[in-house]
Amino acid sequence: MKTLSKIYNALIFLFLYAPIVVLIIFSFNDSKSRVVWHGFTTKWYSSLFSNSEILDSLKITLIVAVVAAVVATVIGTLAAVGIFGMNRKLKQTLLAVNNIPMVNPEIVTGVALMLMYVFIFRATGLLKPGFTTLLLSHITFCIPYVVLQVMPKLRQMNRHMYEAALDLGCRPSSAFFKVVLPEILPGVVTGMLMAFTMSLDDFVISYFTSGSSAQNLSVTIYSMTKRRITPEINALSTLLFGAVLLLLILVNVWQIRDKKKARY
Amino acid sequence: MENQEIIRLQNIAVSFDGEKVLDDFSLSIRNGEFVTLLGPSGCGKTTTLRIIGGFVTPDEGDVFFDGELITKLPAYKRNVNTIFQRYALFPHLNVYDNVAFGMRVQKKSRSEVHETVKQMLELVNLKGFEKRGVGTLSGGQQQRVAIARALANNPRVLLLDEPLSALDLKLRKDMQGELKNIQQSLGITFLYVTHDQEEALSMSDTVVVMDGGRIQQIGSPQDVYNEPQNAFVADFIGESNILDGIMHEDYLVELFGRKFRCLDKGFAPKEPVDVVIRPEDIDIVEPEKGHLTGTVTRVTFKGVHYETIVDFKGFKWMIQTTDYCEPGSVIGIVLNPEDIHIMKKSEYSGQFGDYSSYSEEFDELADPEADLLHEGGGEAE
Repeated sequence: MKTLSKIYNALIFLFLYAPIVVLIIFSFNDSKSRVVWHGFTTKWYSSLFSNSEILDSLKITLIVAVVAAVVATVIGTLAAVGIFGMNRKLKQTLLAVNNIPMVNPEIVTGVALMLMYVFIFRATGLLKPGFTTLLLSHITFCIPYVVLQVMPKLRQMNRHMYEAALDLGCRPSSAFFKVVLPEILPGVVTGMLMAFTMSLDDFVISYFTSGSSAQNLSVTIYSMTKRRITPEINALSTLLFGAVLLLLILVNVWQIRDKKKARY
Repeated sequence: MENQEIIRLQNIAVSFDGEKVLDDFSLSIRNGEFVTLLGPSGCGKTTTLRIIGGFVTPDEGDVFFDGELITKLPAYKRNVNTIFQRYALFPHLNVYDNVAFGMRVQKKSRSEVHETVKQMLELVNLKGFEKRGVGTLSGGQQQRVAIARALANNPRVLLLDEPLSALDLKLRKDMQGELKNIQQSLGITFLYVTHDQEEALSMSDTVVVMDGGRIQQIGSPQDVYNEPQNAFVADFIGESNILDGIMHEDYLVELFGRKFRCLDKGFAPKEPVDVVIRPEDIDIVEPEKGHLTGTVTRVTFKGVHYETIVDFKGFKWMIQTTDYCEPGSVIGIVLNPEDIHIMKKSEYSGQFGDYSSYSEEFDELADPEADLLHEGGGEAE
């Protein structure tokens, strides 16, 4: 029975990761062939970094991810604190509303955002689909993840701690920064990393909201595959996979460390 | 300074979600007093404390501090400090920084902060703990840090919200004594909230017994124990047998169809009253020598005494005695005039006193630790 379950597990992981492993291996293949191994090379990586189309979209991806993560973290943290202070009914309603964008099909969110931008652009001439709309969309879909990470930290916090700071003479704003923020910081940081990851690997929403002037990596890869599939894409995908994996590990390490600290 | 009023609550009313928590509540606290708000959970005692601390704004009524109206003054501008339930220490700061927190907010000089922190940690016996993280401290030590942190701000009034409820019995007793000492040596006003009647009696100058958002009685610990004003107070503080009686004339009350001498007067002729008899005041004698005779139904050994439940014509009394009486035996009791206390009838009449469904009086306390506190409550002086 035990060996059976081991085999079962192995199969699951095989099916999950075999495609990615193949992709990674063939990003080092010294040929355009996707079937036959011709020897090791890193030329696809170097050609990747001389491809201005890819470099531009990499730059956009990183800028969007950083800015979206930071802005979403600020908004999401404040939102979480606000929601936390509300009465039960309002709190539950708002948390449910907060969850909708996460369970909502991305394509619906993407199309809806696109329609809104187009409408605003037609009506006012503002928000031409491009970098700004891409950034706004990313901030939008990142916020719920931040709220979701910060909320449990607020719940864990001794509810009198904020009052204790006021009691000792802090104004509400400085009580927040001196006492509440250090307490919920682990949640805030995890939320920010989550937001960064989400923004980094988003395709669907970006596809609908980026317009033609500002494409992020995933959209660029998609348009490249429409022309021809080159091992460059393998190399790029490998790098993306590595980056996201690294971030996820970081998030996990952070959470484990935080849990250890909380267990005094 | 002594005996001068420092806090006055005037006709305070508060409701949460349409439920009245405090109702036309007025209280005056003198400077330097140790005042305890005592009552079951939900009686409004913590809300009263939070109003003074500035965390709850009353719907109606006014709060005065040293003669000044502070009803709308935010918490951070008030010259009172609070010790919260479960301490509410700042876990990201060490002991020193926790105690220094308030002074740093007030931009006190480095040397002054240092001096005061040292002094405070000495006061609460935590010398040498400066660099420790608060998470590494025991409950009692955390409690001391909370006290030091609140006192470091040099408050005129210290508010304590069930500060000892999370400690075990032994530690709680020690801390009671220590808190009382700190209060007396600093000479500041303590307003203490608890549901533990023993704690209230042993520490306070004045006990405020509360129920249902109203004050049931204010008085010295001796007053509220010996002269309870109604059945609620008699029952909540210590153990008591509360019986129906009829006041025939001054100093003469009828119980179980028998007249007893007592020390109370000022009632209308034939006025129905509540009669309180403390379990430890009852003397057990031979059946033929007793004023009343009853049958022992249950005996529980409590260490200092036997808790004996005796059936008198269907009404069960509790008697605390050092003499063991066999269950089922018939005994007599003697009631001396000073053992009998007469109270006017109140809305609480008839709710307490019969021990046939013995000891459900503390059911209202959701806190499981309350049961522990309840043990031996009758002996509290």
